[in-house]
Amino acid sequence: MNENYEKILQSARELRWEVGGDFHERIMEALYTDATRIADRAVTYPDEKPGFDLDRTIDRLVTSRVWGFPLMILMLTLVFWLTISGANIPSGLLYNLLIDTVHPLLKSAAASIGMPWWLDGLLIDGAYLATAWVVSVMLPPMAIFFPLFTLLEDFGYLPRVAFNLDHIFRKAGAHGKQALSMTMGFGCNAAGVISTRIIDSPRERLIAIITNNFSLCNGRWPTQILIATIFIGSLVPAHLGGLISALSVVGIALLGVLLTFLVSWALSRTILKGEVSTFNLELPPYRPPRILQTLYTSVIDRTLIVLWRAVVFAMPAGLAIWLSANVMIGGVSIAEHLIDFLNPFGLLLGMNGVILVAYIVAIPANEIVIPTILMLTVLVSGATGAGEGAGVMFELKSGMQTLEILTTGGWTLLTGVNLMLFSLIHNPCSTTIYTIYKETGSVKWTTIASLLPVAMGVVVTFFTAQIWRLLAGL
Amino acid sequence: MESFNENAQSQDMENLPDQGACATCPVHHAANLKKLGVDMENWDYVVALAGNPNTGKSTVFNALTGLRQHTGNWPGKTVTRAEGGFEYADHRYKLVDLPGTYSLLATSLDEEIARDFILFGQPDVTIVVVDASRLERNLNLVLQVLEITNRVVICLNLMDEAERHHMEVDHRRLARDLGVPVVPTVARYNQGLEDLLAAVHEVASGETMAKPYHVKYNHPKLDRAVSQLVEQIKETFPQVPNARWVALRLLDGDERIIQAVEEGELGELTYSRENMEGVRVDHVSQKSGFAQ
Repeated sequence: MNENYEKILQSARELRWEVGGDFHERIMEALYTDATRIADRAVTYPDEKPGFDLDRTIDRLVTSRVWGFPLMILMLTLVFWLTISGANIPSGLLYNLLIDTVHPLLKSAAASIGMPWWLDGLLIDGAYLATAWVVSVMLPPMAIFFPLFTLLEDFGYLPRVAFNLDHIFRKAGAHGKQALSMTMGFGCNAAGVISTRIIDSPRERLIAIITNNFSLCNGRWPTQILIATIFIGSLVPAHLGGLISALSVVGIALLGVLLTFLVSWALSRTILKGEVSTFNLELPPYRPPRILQTLYTSVIDRTLIVLWRAVVFAMPAGLAIWLSANVMIGGVSIAEHLIDFLNPFGLLLGMNGVILVAYIVAIPANEIVIPTILMLTVLVSGATGAGEGAGVMFELKSGMQTLEILTTGGWTLLTGVNLMLFSLIHNPCSTTIYTIYKETGSVKWTTIASLLPVAMGVVVTFFTAQIWRLLAGL
Repeated sequence: MESFNENAQSQDMENLPDQGACATCPVHHAANLKKLGVDMENWDYVVALAGNPNTGKSTVFNALTGLRQHTGNWPGKTVTRAEGGFEYADHRYKLVDLPGTYSLLATSLDEEIARDFILFGQPDVTIVVVDASRLERNLNLVLQVLEITNRVVICLNLMDEAERHHMEVDHRRLARDLGVPVVPTVARYNQGLEDLLAAVHEVASGETMAKPYHVKYNHPKLDRAVSQLVEQIKETFPQVPNARWVALRLLDGDERIIQAVEEGELGELTYSRENMEGVRVDHVSQKSGFAQ
């Protein structure tokens, strides 16, 4: 080291000693004193402050011990109910356009130019259908969910959620700001993982990263919504179906929150022991949301980006599914081999081989779980009259039709419930895994974050299945 | 900082907004601003956006660059830097949106990112976005920035909220007390941004030379220690623009600054163009947007 440099550091060390230990407090105090003085000179209050403060009144309500949580759950239910019931019609329209109209057109165009069957199958039945399905199922709920969520965010509600959850996270040995990254995770786990950067302590940040997967992400909402609609919604009279389905989805989401607390608690008492750090959470003022701008940014920045990602992943997955259903080994397709292999294990978990294969295929993007399941079910159960041939992804127009296919494939209410549970508790998607690796820079933590949820999912579904069967057998 | 001030003409900040009638006319400026989005080729000046969390930095950023960085009403939304460009008065600017911080003492990652950029990135202008309705707390950060650089413009944002809280904020008084230009704005509704650009341009081009206020410690021992260290620092690093601040950080035992002295990195601190290329870019420009 340059000796002049060393001389400076040396005298800094000596002088620090001379100045005394209260040095840091001194400069902070001087800073605050000057800031106060300058601010006081610049700010005047020409008239008396009014007695009623709207911000404070709203704050008292939404962060109150009594009303805080019910209001939160009410708002969550409202947002999901609007999303579920509002997305049906545009989804149907898009489905009619992309799958009922454009798909046959593409098929006949391909036939007229004499495209070989395998190329036509690969491109149109594989890649195109997967993409079209993802667009028609994901675009409408996202276009409703994201603006609603952004409006809440713009208004200033999110920090209040964090405020409400703070003491629970502290009891769990985690950072209160984890409430914010968890909320971000409800949109996209990868975004949630990035947002954990607001947590300073590495220990608490790791907890937040590992548990972010329990925030039900956008790619998993459609699975939850569909299964809730056909298995749980159909148990009650039709006019209650929508509400009951919405409530069961909210239930799954809340189970995710509960698991976040439990896993945080367990981690902070085992492999991630340490002190809980304190922090100041500023409750920002409520600001009237700028509605048009919110709509614009949430559609462009959030909806289209997420949709694009889904499309990018769905296309190759569509190719893979088509290939696995059409490439034969010993007269049986690869997909069927895999399903037969995983079926005993799947049944043990109250699911089946089809669901497990679908989850393996869907590691890149959770969005394609349901179409894969339906396609594979038709393939193995040989249900006729639905579907369009081996390896063709399709979606049925009504829930009842889907239910028929699934019951033919041996599905029960238990299969549906366990699919919802497993969809909540399984490994994060590949984008999230990659993000976790980028953020932690550690193979070890990435592995833990990826495998811990799968292990938990296996345990939870196994016990659900055993208890269910025990009760059913009584 | 002293060496920089010596050849600077000291100007009364009060006169700032009156740089010719044409230059303050909104029509002139509106035609003058060109939002360049992510096109940041061949910039003439680098401008940093600093400020407390949730004061509207990203809103200012979006308004100037035409980009749509996700904005949200909660503190801590921007976790790393975002960059964009704009063109104003025939000059190209690169604008860097820093994470919001309450201080620059580098006790957390976002404070470190913000401070490292203001110190080692040596932006031509640092805009400190200030919440007019919470002036006192915001001034803590302003005073810390003024210790590092005198090329500062204060964007006194959220004037509408101050009004809603029945406050009157005297920006002229503030400019005089702080010794740097202060521009009142309501960034959400694009109010005052033309004046902000004019002030930024004047500081960037050197038309305005600021004489920033420095915190008084009223502690003889401390003052003596600081001046002794300042002398030594200036001897070894004659170019360093903020020897007083460096001295204070060394006395406080700031690891990052100690390291900068050890490795001679401090010697590279000058306000010359070439240095900009060597800025440490450890942190990818990325935001914690919902979908990214």
